[in-house]
Amino acid sequence: MKNLYLIAYLDLKESLRAKWFLVYSLVFGGLIALFFIAGVTESQVMGFSGLSRLLLMYIQITIVILPIFILITTVRSISGDRDNHILEYMLSFPISLKQYYWGKIIGRFITVYIPVLFAMVIAVFYGFIKGAEIPWSIFFLYTGLLFSLSSAFLGIAFFISSFVKSSEVALGIAFFIWIFLLAFIDIALISLMMQQRFNEGVIIFIAMINPMELFRVAAISLFDPELTVMGPVAFYILDLMSQTLFVLLAIGYPLLLGLLFATLGFVIFKKKDLV
Amino acid sequence: MIQISNLTKKFGSHLSLDNVSCTFDKGESVALMGANGAGKTTLIRSILGYYHPDGGEVLINGLNPIQERTKVLQDISFVPQLPPPIKLSTEELIHYISVSANVEKELIRHYANEMKLDISANANKSFFKLSGGMKQKLLIAISLAKKSNIIIYDEPTANLDPKARDDFYRLLKENENEKILLFVTHRLEEVRELVNRQIYMDLGKVVSDEIF
Repeated sequence: MKNLYLIAYLDLKESLRAKWFLVYSLVFGGLIALFFIAGVTESQVMGFSGLSRLLLMYIQITIVILPIFILITTVRSISGDRDNHILEYMLSFPISLKQYYWGKIIGRFITVYIPVLFAMVIAVFYGFIKGAEIPWSIFFLYTGLLFSLSSAFLGIAFFISSFVKSSEVALGIAFFIWIFLLAFIDIALISLMMQQRFNEGVIIFIAMINPMELFRVAAISLFDPELTVMGPVAFYILDLMSQTLFVLLAIGYPLLLGLLFATLGFVIFKKKDLV
Repeated sequence: MIQISNLTKKFGSHLSLDNVSCTFDKGESVALMGANGAGKTTLIRSILGYYHPDGGEVLINGLNPIQERTKVLQDISFVPQLPPPIKLSTEELIHYISVSANVEKELIRHYANEMKLDISANANKSFFKLSGGMKQKLLIAISLAKKSNIIIYDEPTANLDPKARDDFYRLLKENENEKILLFVTHRLEEVRELVNRQIYMDLGKVVSDEIF
């Protein structure tokens, strides 16, 4: 176990010094600062006001940028080390592949999750000082949702990193996956299926196996437990399961997906030539 | 002992190692030579357990370096041809080696001093920001401090000035007893005094194997 923690600790230290981490932290911290400066907490739209509105806006933007940030910064972690011969040297010491791979994942998870969470903590803290009402239920739901979304994309990124031959290819695949989940499934595929009058159940199933879509729906479910803003789609979801079960699914499914991809990545990493 | 039996490794259609068999025993210092693409690095990497062979096997003290990698690597020191651009600081790299391979930090500092490298002055500097010679000196110091029975050097003196080379050869002579030393080199004259066996490879095969 000491080697697992060692790898995680060193990866974390290395990441904290990296320029991408600074940009990453500034983006999420800056978003919160920008919302406060722009007076989002003082405005009211569709019944959302104060910190709830700020957190909702934060989460809507996070859905788009968090996955691509995680994919781009993580997808090169193993392939990049392989490319520039770091892996060749670091693995010449008696560290098991399991410790190396999972240690890297733990270190990278902490790196990508902490700034996103910290930005929300700053928002709550600032709101508390300003005397705003703290929406704890929303805060905890978003903490969980961000945790599971980070897990899903971290797992996917490590999976890609384990089999690609060069980090350029890894970046290309990562970008494609992000576009595919964000735009293609949502806009192109689902619109086309609706136009072709596909079975609604199939369309909603495809949408819900997309962790980004699931995250998006779960994020609004706390403000709008009946999911009325989604229109008739809400009937399908809430007929199938209760709102609580849906939130649990929205947290559990991306977590499992991330774990599954990370495990597949490890199997490939172990079976392939290391350098 | 390193035992290589009928080892074959292909990359796509390219045959990098073609049915190679050889044995390295304690006390042997071997110069592994050959033109670029002869298969020297592939052989070294197979010994380190980085490649899954297409045929044959490698055994280090009777253990498979892929299946028993932590046990096997406990007893191997390796210095690559070009120091990799590791972003850890010098101190962090030494910490990594100290914890993962049970190497005493003081011993690394001792050998670094012997190589005229002041670690404390560069402790917080990223390893990749050190000069080529400094990086190579640190990797050599680590390889010696690890006290392994098998030491593999892939062109270890490429970045070293003549004085540092002399220090390196002196330290190696002091530490070579009862070990297996493998040098991948293009210049036999440089290691001539250290080696007692020369293997020449070409097109993935061992074409000559001389014991002095």
